Amino acid sequence: MQKDIHERNSNSPSGPGGYSNLTATLALAKASFRSIMRSPSAVVFTLAFPLIFILVFGFLGGGGTRIDVGVTPGSDVNNPVMVMLDKTGMIRLVKDKSKAEFDKLLEKGNVDAMIDVHRKVNSAAYSVNVVYTSASRDKGGILKSVLNNIFYDKTLKPTVAEIKESTITGREYKTIDFILPGQLGFSLLSTGVFGTAFVFLSLRQTLVIKRFFATPVKRSSIVIGEGIARIGFALIGALFIILIGHFFFGFTLVHGALTVVNMLILATLGIIVFMGFGFIISGIAKNESMVPPISNIVTLPQFLLSGTFFSIEAFPSWLQPISRALPLTYLNDAMRKVAFEGLGLWDVKFQIMILLLWGIGIYAVAVKVFKWE
Amino acid sequence: METKKAIISVKNLVKKYDDFVAVQGLSFEVYEHEIFGLLGPNGAGKTTTLEIIETLRDKTSGEIIVDGFSVDKQPQDIKQIIGVQLQAAGYYPNLNLIELIELFAGLYGANIKPMEMLEKVNLQDKAKAKYKALSGGQKQRFSIATTLINQPKIIFLDEPTTGLDPQARRNLWDLIIEIRNAGTTVVITTHYMDEAEQLCDRVAFVERGQIIALDTPDNLIDKLVSSGFERKKEVKKANLEDVFINLTGQEWRE
Repeated sequence: MQKDIHERNSNSPSGPGGYSNLTATLALAKASFRSIMRSPSAVVFTLAFPLIFILVFGFLGGGGTRIDVGVTPGSDVNNPVMVMLDKTGMIRLVKDKSKAEFDKLLEKGNVDAMIDVHRKVNSAAYSVNVVYTSASRDKGGILKSVLNNIFYDKTLKPTVAEIKESTITGREYKTIDFILPGQLGFSLLSTGVFGTAFVFLSLRQTLVIKRFFATPVKRSSIVIGEGIARIGFALIGALFIILIGHFFFGFTLVHGALTVVNMLILATLGIIVFMGFGFIISGIAKNESMVPPISNIVTLPQFLLSGTFFSIEAFPSWLQPISRALPLTYLNDAMRKVAFEGLGLWDVKFQIMILLLWGIGIYAVAVKVFKWE
Repeated sequence: METKKAIISVKNLVKKYDDFVAVQGLSFEVYEHEIFGLLGPNGAGKTTTLEIIETLRDKTSGEIIVDGFSVDKQPQDIKQIIGVQLQAAGYYPNLNLIELIELFAGLYGANIKPMEMLEKVNLQDKAKAKYKALSGGQKQRFSIATTLINQPKIIFLDEPTTGLDPQARRNLWDLIIEIRNAGTTVVITTHYMDEAEQLCDRVAFVERGQIIALDTPDNLIDKLVSSGFERKKEVKKANLEDVFINLTGQEWRE
């Protein structure tokens, strides 16, 4: 990217009468990009922070949710159902315990369910008996859909006719599939807000912008040049996070490269919206020490409430409307749908529309409060 | 210096802020190829006047023509032919000198070799240094280098020598004279009268937003002397700065 700009730069026409706004914009983008790459805080916020969270959750989750399923004593263990359950990687079969022990574990929710498999008399099919526990309803629910999914599987269908009503797409949903889009969204939010606010405030305070105004450069070139650099940097960061997540932690990319492109398009939209907050903050902050507190007012609630770490469904109902008002919620939502469910951009048009509305609102305020001098 | 063709003409310049008149009816001309000094105490309106000519600030009234261009109608044309050094301006963070020069080259649309620009102000050894890491004199020389990128007809220097040690100051004078000799008109503000006397072809004294005197330094001094002014102390053939330079050496060290 840098090389590209450099080449276009040196080939562009110059001299009296041939002033090129493009050259000026690209020169600024290049300078800004270099500056961002050398700024420790930008690199920490955009890359290190999200990667640390991904590492922590990547290892913590051990690749996904685990469901402990007790095997009822006396159950057949060498059957295709058990083999399939084992293969999902989500389900840990607990064996070699007495009925009494299992009952206690089940009561406490330490075991999420019990399973009992028997070959049907005079038949190649199996009969599966599952006991769930109210102490672990969520995981019981997951197990139910996993089972449904297994029975829907072609290899078992002809032999097991009893449970085939399920149509759930049981793609393995790992912790990383939830955490990574959230971290990506947060990375974009902090880069957009903190980075933009700091840069424009400091350029204004150190009279760098004033010195720029003594050159023929246009104001729009300054904003666009900065924007190109920041978007470029954020996208490189996003790509980095996605690739590390995919190759080291098995982050699901349903359609491969196409999914990555879709995610980057969403990331671009996100960073542009979030940069608007940065423009506003740079306008209302009186000095650099005011930037972090004001920025945190914008970023922290979104960090906590936009489904970065937990699904917003887990929040109390009075909190959910607040979550549903925040732009990061929609970016995270769209990212997850695109990455994990394999939806196209048109399928997340609702989320995109909400982001665009936020963008319009934010930039309408930014135009009013942004200060050049 | 005898061409006397005006390159800047300022007529009845007025700048009012809400409740305060910073500049009240300034008129003067700057001739081509001269070093013109705007002198006066802090708050006299020197910087405001410069920034209006530089198209960085709006004026309340008056007329300003810079090399045939009007500040009202052709500010973009003026920006192309002037170089500006601002008082206490910083530079883009985290970039080294070469990269900063490249940035300005892009902003001006100028095709220059960054290293040659640094050589002009004797900073080629600092090409990879950050602006922040430069000494006071080096910072000022770098600022002047950025004013030369678009090969301007006029450069404006706002207190370029404030805070410099005597060697760095004299070194900067040499640089400014070199630039003028290469054909560039220089407009400078300063608080140091010895500097104005040595450097400027003509000076204007600004006080409370008005010009109270405008002439060559020689004529202004002669006028005062002929009015019967006498220094209290007999002037010696050298002053303490000459002693300083003599003792610590002419070459500047950084």
